[in-house]
Amino acid sequence: MTIRWRDYKVEGIYDEVMKGAGRPRDHARLLTRYLASLDEDELFSIQAAAELSIKEMGITFTVYSQAEGSIDRSWPLDVIPRVLAAEEWRRIEAGLKQRVFALNRFINDVYHDQKIIKDGKFPKEVLAKSVNFRKECVGVDPPQGVWAHICGSDLVRDSDGTVYVLEDNLRVPSGVSYMLENRQVVKRVFPELFENGGILPIDDYPSQLFDCLAALSPRRSGVPEVVVLTPGIYNSAYFEHSYLAQQMGCELVEGSDLKVSDDNVVYMRTIEGLSRVDVIYRRIDDLFLDPEAFRKDSMLGVPGLVRAWKAGNVALANAPGAGVADDKVVYAYVPDIIRYYLDEDPILPNVPTYLCIDEKSRKHVLKNLAKMVVKPANESGGYGMLVGPVSTKKERDAMARRIKKDPRNFIAQPVITLSTVPSIVGKHVEPRHVDLRPFILSSDQMHVTMGGLTRVAMRKGSLVVNSSQGGGSKDTWIVEEGSA
Amino acid sequence: MLSRVAENLYWLGRYMERAENTGRIVNVNGNLLLDLPKGIAPGWQPLIEITGSGETYRQAYNDFEERNVVRFLLGDNQNPGSIISSLSMARENARTIRDVIPRESWELINELYLYARDNVQTGLSKRGRYEYLKRIMRASQTFVGLSSGAMSADAGYEFLCIGRILERADMTTRIIDVRSASLIPKETSGLLPFENIQWISVLKSLTAYQMYRQHVQARVRRAEALRFLLLDDDFPRSVYRCVALVDESFKELPRSDAPRRAVARMEKAVKSGDIAKMAESNSALHDFIDSLQVELGQIHNEIVRTYFYIEEPAPASTQSQSVATA
Repeated sequence: MTIRWRDYKVEGIYDEVMKGAGRPRDHARLLTRYLASLDEDELFSIQAAAELSIKEMGITFTVYSQAEGSIDRSWPLDVIPRVLAAEEWRRIEAGLKQRVFALNRFINDVYHDQKIIKDGKFPKEVLAKSVNFRKECVGVDPPQGVWAHICGSDLVRDSDGTVYVLEDNLRVPSGVSYMLENRQVVKRVFPELFENGGILPIDDYPSQLFDCLAALSPRRSGVPEVVVLTPGIYNSAYFEHSYLAQQMGCELVEGSDLKVSDDNVVYMRTIEGLSRVDVIYRRIDDLFLDPEAFRKDSMLGVPGLVRAWKAGNVALANAPGAGVADDKVVYAYVPDIIRYYLDEDPILPNVPTYLCIDEKSRKHVLKNLAKMVVKPANESGGYGMLVGPVSTKKERDAMARRIKKDPRNFIAQPVITLSTVPSIVGKHVEPRHVDLRPFILSSDQMHVTMGGLTRVAMRKGSLVVNSSQGGGSKDTWIVEEGSA
Repeated sequence: MLSRVAENLYWLGRYMERAENTGRIVNVNGNLLLDLPKGIAPGWQPLIEITGSGETYRQAYNDFEERNVVRFLLGDNQNPGSIISSLSMARENARTIRDVIPRESWELINELYLYARDNVQTGLSKRGRYEYLKRIMRASQTFVGLSSGAMSADAGYEFLCIGRILERADMTTRIIDVRSASLIPKETSGLLPFENIQWISVLKSLTAYQMYRQHVQARVRRAEALRFLLLDDDFPRSVYRCVALVDESFKELPRSDAPRRAVARMEKAVKSGDIAKMAESNSALHDFIDSLQVELGQIHNEIVRTYFYIEEPAPASTQSQSVATA
């Protein structure tokens, strides 16, 4: 079939490409015109070519299943891109920088004087119960006072067009490699659009990441030795670890490749012998990082790593303990955090959030479970959450019990009708819901990716976009106005 | 370069070469059997002996029928030396070091593994076998070409080469050993034409036939074939040439004194071979090949000691343990 934009239904939702049936948004004109010019089979052969490239390029992610263990799946990409106007993007970018800057101030404060608590702007109890607060990190001074060097914030757009921050991933956010690879694949299949589409490039990320990490080196002279620390090939994001190391020209190390000496210096084992390491971009969770400091049974970590970090002999990105701000309860306070540290109004709003620890809110949530999304405070990847409108009574009852048992661990938000983007579904093009994860780098400077990773819920009506839950992805185009 | 990465590259080189060599012997054996009368044809058992997998084989099969042997060597997951296992291990090693090898190399290995896995039925059919194996052997050669054309000649490249060349030398010695043992006894000289055919097949297993004709110019006989495969200066699969190539690679690596001493011992052992005697006596040949296998093992051990286990034994990757000697 040829795409007939007149038949594309967008009532009651915000579509990123179409304002209404037959009416594309200004920055999406070139795209919609081009797609409509493709005949019957062309669009599907383009999609097939993209899938083949992904298979041949070996772009995979790993899924765990009890029956089959860990299996490698080809990365799901829908070739129709998500487009955003550059003008809108610049505002979002400023909002993200503001937000992450404030979050870093917050983390640093939490591990030092806790002024924000003393000033009564942040409740002590919330911190006391945070599972990501690391008492081992109190008093540590990481370079430039920055803790979360790489942050992935999830953005969603509601039906009225407002862009909200849904959550901030400050531990080991993943997805940026897929953002980069999606662009490679889509460039291969839509070269015509890139020639004159005003689509801003995204390729700078690996060099910006390297510069961000290199700036953390404790040794002032020479080229810093930066490494990427991975849990290994069975980790779901291993592809990304390997990809980033390759793009930055760094060693990709596993815990067993590193060794901390008695004088708290980190070395890696090489064919030349032991060689000093300055900066570690670690993709291992805090608790598995160092069996001396955290979980004793960790086989993935490096004994003594935290010791070396505290001694200032090695930089860890993100710093241990940065996850304290990556907590859905803390999230609710981010607008206050921005006002407190920066004395500015937040540029990007939070999704209205009910904290179940608050009795009034809890009652409201329990009464309205069917209309809300409930999330555990410290899970990621969409695990353990309840999407009210598509839940069963049994699921809601179970969630109500969990909330009553541990209210601190749950937040609830009204269901946001995520915006949609035209997506290839079988032999048709239909709207599917999307979110967006940009990545924010912070060290001596701040950078935001040009766009980010767009995730798409491929099941009709579904709002769950996580790839571990059957979601797909799209290339994200920031389009400079006037060129479309 | 990380020790672990060096180790992965070394095994990647070995597994890719092993897949190619296995393909080659299956292919040539099929052709050989078409040329020999039933009564004296050695059948398929020698391939099991060449690959040193008799024990594993006998656990799963009770005869040496073509179907079974070919299945075992091509597509049997239980056989750690099968083409599919070798490619799967090559892929696992490559996956772990994707940041080190050229992207095209990874894509090639990945595609090759998927092809070999998805088309194994074609490979098992008599008619499809040639195409299937040709594709695998070609891809392995392409991998070698990509490595030399797209990888900086750094330490990693040398480990890849060393792995490949040691595996190659290993296969050359195995093929000579098993083939000569199963060849027709000398006394039955009435069957001489068939002995020639079999030595031709040995040379062909090692892609050596054409080069032999160009460089030796004698008709194919046992002594000349042995001299060519063991001692030729220039043929890339002769044991001597392999040893020389490995030594060249070691010159580029740090701290290579001990491994190079092991290589020198092997070189001496190769040169000390008495070709005339080995042409007469199967047991002399067999003993000689045994001594070469021991030296090859020593070089491997020296590499492991010098480069892979720095300071204290790091947890070894399982594949290097289980298939190291397969």
